[in-house]
Amino acid sequence: MSEELFQKMSQSIVDGDADAAVALAKEAITTGVPPLDAITKGFVTGVNIVGDAFGRGEAYLPELVMAGEAMKAAVTTLDPELKKQGTERRTLGKVVIATVDGDIHEIGKSLVATMLGASGFEVYDLGVDVEIEKIIGTALNVNADIIAMSALLTTTMVKQKEVIEELDKEGLRGKFKVMVGGAPVTRDWVKTIGADGFSEDAIGAVNIAKQLIGAA
Amino acid sequence: MTKKIKSISNPKLKLEILTPAEVRKIHDATLWIIEKVGVKFPSQRALDIWATNGAEVDRDRKIVKVKGEIIEAALKKCPPIYPLAARDPNQDLSLDGNHVYVGTDGCGVEVIDIQTGERRTSKLQDVIDVARVADATEEVAFHWVPVSAQDMPVESRGLHEIKAIWENSTKHVQTESIYDAAEAKAAIEMAALITGGKEELRKRPVLSLMQCTASPLGHDGGSLDAALLAAEAGIPTGFMTMSACLTTGPATMAGTLAVGNAEVIAATALLQLAYPGAPVFYAAAQTASDPRNGAYTGGGPEDFLFGAATNVLSDFYNIPLSMGSFATGAKEPNWQAGIENSLSTFMASIVMSDMLLGVGFLHGSRIWSYAEMMMDCEIFSIIEKTMRGIVVDDETLALDTVAAVGSSSNYLTQKHSRKHMLEIFMPQFMDRRPYNEWESKKDDARDWALAKARKILAEHQPDPLDPKISAEMAKIIASVEKKRTAESISSR
Ligand code: B12
Repeated sequence: MSEELFQKMSQSIVDGDADAAVALAKEAITTGVPPLDAITKGFVTGVNIVGDAFGRGEAYLPELVMAGEAMKAAVTTLDPELKKQGTERRTLGKVVIATVDGDIHEIGKSLVATMLGASGFEVYDLGVDVEIEKIIGTALNVNADIIAMSALLTTTMVKQKEVIEELDKEGLRGKFKVMVGGAPVTRDWVKTIGADGFSEDAIGAVNIAKQLIGAA
Repeated sequence: MTKKIKSISNPKLKLEILTPAEVRKIHDATLWIIEKVGVKFPSQRALDIWATNGAEVDRDRKIVKVKGEIIEAALKKCPPIYPLAARDPNQDLSLDGNHVYVGTDGCGVEVIDIQTGERRTSKLQDVIDVARVADATEEVAFHWVPVSAQDMPVESRGLHEIKAIWENSTKHVQTESIYDAAEAKAAIEMAALITGGKEELRKRPVLSLMQCTASPLGHDGGSLDAALLAAEAGIPTGFMTMSACLTTGPATMAGTLAVGNAEVIAATALLQLAYPGAPVFYAAAQTASDPRNGAYTGGGPEDFLFGAATNVLSDFYNIPLSMGSFATGAKEPNWQAGIENSLSTFMASIVMSDMLLGVGFLHGSRIWSYAEMMMDCEIFSIIEKTMRGIVVDDETLALDTVAAVGSSSNYLTQKHSRKHMLEIFMPQFMDRRPYNEWESKKDDARDWALAKARKILAEHQPDPLDPKISAEMAKIIASVEKKRTAESISSR
């Protein structure tokens, strides 16, 4: 019977239908389907379908983003039950992502966050114009594996450097991998500031993130 | 000797892209958005102005909701016509609705080096070089800061950039790279040095300011403060929406037009409420995001249509328009660059957008290319000629000459031909040579365009700026740098 439910869960993600995903998550809880199964055998299948299609150029951004939103809604619904049962969802790793202080360019950062989420990372998206302290503080709090920073301005890309310097100063550099990106970011800049990874698009960002945590 | 500036005027071609009823509908939708949804103004000063002028201000979220009447009344105060002055008064530009002028594009981050062809990070010397080349062309009527001077301190970079342009060109400078109050204040003082005082500057603004809106439905605090200072000083100021279908605007074009319009006219109204009659312009570079990867397209049918539609809106409000055209997404000057830049510029020109931005970029406004710059100038020249249309009168029908030639010889022997031959457009960068000549050289437009830019850079000597003014400007910049250093030490 669960097979049918899993199938519906997957479909709700493919449809980008958060309401349906939440309803199905609740159904899983009331009918005693293990929440971890609901995620891995149900919802994640949908995310993979959309993610793969997007990678092949056969699905489009709103489909990908809405699949991500529906997934988030489903996981949030299942979370209390997961905790109750003492189980934990295994993700590829935790990523804290933000557009740096003084910079309000949002689109590229959000796409990278969405793709990372769709690829199995647990993503903490802090938004735009985010201060150094908040980026590092959140990374420490959630015990992140990767700090990812977007900067679209030549005047704000220095913040990427400052975060790395701050990590160095606090003796935290070894704790996190640092990924950077955005229009003015070049390979030279990445070398100059000593970041661990860089990509010019969202799909590349996922590959780099996987490499950084040794999953690729 | 002053170089002539080329502009499109008295066009014969016309296009009706939106009917008056459609414009009205977009305007009504815009007012609804501003009143019911609201626009974000994250500046204390801006929020105070809105509050005193009867808007509903949410101080926590910094969202302002304004009744349509207030916006409409404020917009009525915008001057419809004013000049963009140049260091050389012969190069003043009139924003009168009957001229289309082209500028350089701006804020690039990399440059294809004019000598080595290598792609590298932009620096102050590049601002200088582009300004000099632009000074020599008749197509470029005014400057944006073409690339960022990344070797200069962040807090005064925008000031080093405009100083460099003034020192290397006599044409008007519009900056899009100054977006905080301290830099704006210093820039205005620098401009006043050129005109010999703030009152003169008001009459002859040798500087204008362009600020980006923060789509969807928002603004940047620093940009608002800078714009208010400029408006106070009588410096022409415009807000540019870059709202893009699918990401920062609705997927549909009409919706994106309305969202962008709400951003621009709300901010324009703010300036008029604070400083009635301040010279303002409408600025826009809407586009569509590619549904496959979110990429900023910098071209495509949506860009072309936005280019034409926006001037209808700015005409409705009776203020000049600065329109994003050119700015191809192509990685090198190629087929894509030719299509995107020709069509976007044609569509924005046929409706008589006052300012077009701008020549010289590749990769969606990121990489400066001198070859692209020269070819973009030629695109503008082709469009300028096209816009003149076909003149039909006795002289151009040339019946006497037709009778003289009859069906016997050809028209090369005719005085009428000698008289009018130079009216035929002769491109600099199109290949009309015999095939074998091309085959032996295999060169093309890109080589010739680059060669032309190199020649200009080697030979052109712009009229220098008075060294005393330069020195005063340097002092202003130094004081901004000193102040910032002091601030950052005291905040530690
Ligand atoms: C849209 C846009 C805006 C919008 C942003 C709207 C929004 N809500 O996000 C608005 C209008 C608000 C805006 C404002 C400004 N902008 Co702007 N903007 C752009 C534009 C045209 C496209 C950016 C975009 O969204 N691209 C689409 C996305 C999908 O691509 P992306 O951001 O590059 O992200 C991809 C990759 O870079 C990478 N990536 C991104 N982040 C990360 C992070 C990591 C960790 C990794 C691995 C990868 C990665 O993956 C992403 C997905 O493929 C660019 C030009 C360009 N072609 O890049 C200029 C551009 C970035 N802006 C520029 C400027 C100058 C400004 C302003 C200063 C303008 C002004 N005078 O007011 C303001 C600054 C405001 C501020 N304080 O931040 C300049 C910057 C150049 C410079 N010299 O610094 C550019 C290059 C354009 C130009 N030449 O003028 N801008």
